[in-house]
Amino acid sequence: METESIISLVSIITAGFTIAIGSIAPALGEGKALAQALMAIAQQPDETPAITRTLFVGLAMVESTAIYCFVVALILIFANPFWNYMIGG
Amino acid sequence: MEFNIDDIIYWEWEFLKVNATLVFSWFTMTLLIGLGWLISRNLTSGRNISRGQALYESLVVFIVTQIEEATQQKADRYFPFISTLFLFITFSNIIGVIPGVHSPTASLTTTAALAFSVFVAIPVFGVSSIGFKEYFSQYVKPTPVMLPFNIIGELSRTLALAIRLFGNIMSGSLIVAVLLSLSPLFFPVVMQAFGLVIGVIQAYVFSILALVYIASATRIQPGQESDTEIESLTSNRE
Repeated sequence: METESIISLVSIITAGFTIAIGSIAPALGEGKALAQALMAIAQQPDETPAITRTLFVGLAMVESTAIYCFVVALILIFANPFWNYMIGG
Repeated sequence: MEFNIDDIIYWEWEFLKVNATLVFSWFTMTLLIGLGWLISRNLTSGRNISRGQALYESLVVFIVTQIEEATQQKADRYFPFISTLFLFITFSNIIGVIPGVHSPTASLTTTAALAFSVFVAIPVFGVSSIGFKEYFSQYVKPTPVMLPFNIIGELSRTLALAIRLFGNIMSGSLIVAVLLSLSPLFFPVVMQAFGLVIGVIQAYVFSILALVYIASATRIQPGQESDTEIESLTSNRE
């Protein structure tokens, strides 16, 4: 197999695995955080604004792990450094 | 479909290039300045305030309350920086729904610049409020062994700020572009509406994180320095 095909094959498969594996843990974590926040709101409805604010910030921080995986997957597909290196010579 | 909007070049002269990121961040700045000038040229006090002034006042009150709740300090010092960040990022994110306009925050250069300004603002606010010696001694607490880790933590959270905003906004526009080629009629609209929500939430998260970092630098922390942002956010509130 030519080098270009190997690079594209490996990149595409790795990109799929990156986003697949990388989104499992944040999804579990976000679900857990959301469940806890709902429970806290149910117990103390007065504290809803504070809980919601902290929840949003926390969710965004948990989600950033998934976003990193997404960015890496996109780099592998659209802006692969090895690919450009091979094409450039 | 463009992965990197820095590559869209509108005007070029020798080594000077004006790309989409620059054009649309200038567009955002003009929009913000124009709107500000439009409303603030006839401000009144009393009961008969215009609609625009009521909108602006509620926005200012919202930002001030958020700052005061998150830091438990007076909002005056932080207000200019934090509200500028918030308004600029919000507008940059939501102008992406206008056809033909790209969000400047969908480029890593813009978000890196914003994160770098936060990176510079943290020691500036810290030194100006607790003093040079006190601020930099935070780095060697609890032991000097922790010095490299504190520095790495400082750098990595700046990087995380930049990548988080970039990834969220860029993924939003990219998903819309992909969906547009698959099912052009309905789903891109739904995803764009979702992108509006994400844009505002990310602007909020960016500015509140910047605020938490700055506020934690301006406080003398007893004992162990807590590196978790959520922890310090919740403990600030109490």
